[in-house]
Amino acid sequence: MDPRLDGDQGLMTATAAPGVHAPPGGPRRRLAAFLHRHARVRLSLLLSAPMAWLGAAYLGSLAALFVTAFWSVDTFTGNLVKEFTWANFRDIVTGEVYRTIALRSLGVAVLVTLIDLVIAFPMAFAMAKLASPRAQRWLVIAVLTPLWASYLVKAYAWRVLLSAGGVLGWGYGLGATVLTLSYLWLPYMILPIYAGLERLPNSLLDAAGDLGARGWRTFRTVVWPLTFPAVAAGSIFTFSLSLGDYIAVKIVGGSSQLIGNVVYDNIGAANNLPFAAAVATVPVVIMLFYLAAVRRTGALENL
Amino acid sequence: MFWFMPDQEAAVRLIGLRKSFGPVEAVSGIDLEIADGEFFAMLGPSGSGKTTVLRMIAGFESPTAGMVELGGVDVTRLAPFERDVNTVFQDYALFPHMSVLDNVEYGLRVKKVPRSERRERALAALGSVRLDGFERRRPSQLSGGQRQRVALARALVNRPRVLLLDEPLGALDLKLREEMQVELKSIQREVGITFLFVTHDQEEALTMSDRVAVFDQGRIEQVGTPAEVYERPATPFVASFVGTSNLISGDAAHAVLGKGGTYSVRPEKLRLSDLDAAVGADEHSATGTVAEVVYAGPATRFVVDLDVGGRLVALQQNLQVSSMEVTELRGSRVRLVWNRRHEFAIAS
Repeated sequence: MDPRLDGDQGLMTATAAPGVHAPPGGPRRRLAAFLHRHARVRLSLLLSAPMAWLGAAYLGSLAALFVTAFWSVDTFTGNLVKEFTWANFRDIVTGEVYRTIALRSLGVAVLVTLIDLVIAFPMAFAMAKLASPRAQRWLVIAVLTPLWASYLVKAYAWRVLLSAGGVLGWGYGLGATVLTLSYLWLPYMILPIYAGLERLPNSLLDAAGDLGARGWRTFRTVVWPLTFPAVAAGSIFTFSLSLGDYIAVKIVGGSSQLIGNVVYDNIGAANNLPFAAAVATVPVVIMLFYLAAVRRTGALENL
Repeated sequence: MFWFMPDQEAAVRLIGLRKSFGPVEAVSGIDLEIADGEFFAMLGPSGSGKTTVLRMIAGFESPTAGMVELGGVDVTRLAPFERDVNTVFQDYALFPHMSVLDNVEYGLRVKKVPRSERRERALAALGSVRLDGFERRRPSQLSGGQRQRVALARALVNRPRVLLLDEPLGALDLKLREEMQVELKSIQREVGITFLFVTHDQEEALTMSDRVAVFDQGRIEQVGTPAEVYERPATPFVASFVGTSNLISGDAAHAVLGKGGTYSVRPEKLRLSDLDAAVGADEHSATGTVAEVVYAGPATRFVVDLDVGGRLVALQQNLQVSSMEVTELRGSRVRLVWNRRHEFAIAS
């Protein structure tokens, strides 16, 4: 026996080798243990797929759109000319027609958002604060159900309603477009406000009443300020969806045009992809301004 | 004598108050009078209806039947904002988007109190709950105890006829709770407003209030001063809910007391003695075996199985002994001795 090694030490090395200190189980178990110990690796593994999607598919296509907006089309051959030019944007800014259409689209988006807000808030309040838990479930389903039907079906349903011989028979035009869009995007306004009101403790409403405030004052000083982030979230949906829409206006808008139509027509009939891309940046820029305005109110901090 | 009547009107009077939620009756007939300036506790386990009664007084729930009077005026059908009461909520219900000062001023602003007076009264109210210098803070920047005091200031600044407190100390830790018990009591004495508070903590009810109503299953089991409720519980429920129930009944009552019925003796009234200890003429005693010894710092609880059947708990101050010594008593034979005037008959 080695004189430097007594019996005990020999025993230790013998038993400690594979079984005792190595984690029991196979590679899967070891992988799980590794991930448990390395939170950053775990996080990046979970996020890699969505980040790749966001980066390549989403931001990539937007970047391509912006680049294309500075190209032009050879009027004879119809081929893309991949050279930098401001021409498209100059046309948009100086063209009376485009300015009118942009303003009209903006007006429609604002109007739809306001109409949805006025309808959605009382509805969401009733759902969150007044209805019994059972009724609450049914109301949520009722709000969600229209989302399961196709966009086109709903738009054509409104076309039928509004047609000269239809139930309402108000005819087509900008008003019909606003009405149809308000209907289409209403759930996107109701649900965030409903969620916001759900989070608002009932005791705050009780407290306001207890301190002497009537309904309107309670709404103005307690409910509205505390649910404003939810309203802002809902308005981002209705505003951006309205701004980009071109199908509803095609179906019930009569002869009126919105930004979306200009984009669509330039991709299709006019075969001017760069100009379409330039027009498409207009709602993106408007949305950026809108988000900046919402951000200034502090509403995004509590999302 | 008529002109004396308004002064003698009860601050709160409940007459045949009932409340049902669907098929469930939460409050089944409450009659109660609370005097002006009283510190009154509604004590009971959760689901006993005490909070529902409080909410009906505040106006958040409307009763299924019965009447709520405030200062002799029927307010049963009035909305919360029409009633001269203010509430301190269990979760404090501070407005999170307002500063402490704006929270406290809220009620005054609603009542259109001029700006300077409003400011002055709000600052005074914050001072009375020792929160000077906290005006600009948001509720989220305060500790639980500070929020609790803001809620108190926000209610008191309106000088209501009655202040309602719903489990006001429930969310605080033990140390803070004991501090606030003392503080609430002194604030109430200072402002002289009727305090009506709901709690499930019997110790809180006994230490703070002038009178206690013990609730169970939507009914009041007993109303009385803390001493009355504690020393002379009217029903077995009160005996068990307020303090430790030490009931002697049936054969044990015949054997030990020489009479039938159910009797209650409080644990601290029992004296732990040797088997052959002398028993005075005005005393009763029972022999038994120590089944359990629970050392609790200043005192020790001895659970004693009586030879005649039944079990009593005796609470002894740890005046000389240590935890080592008392735990050695487990399994030993003892005699429990108590004065006859500390045993009370309970209606079953």
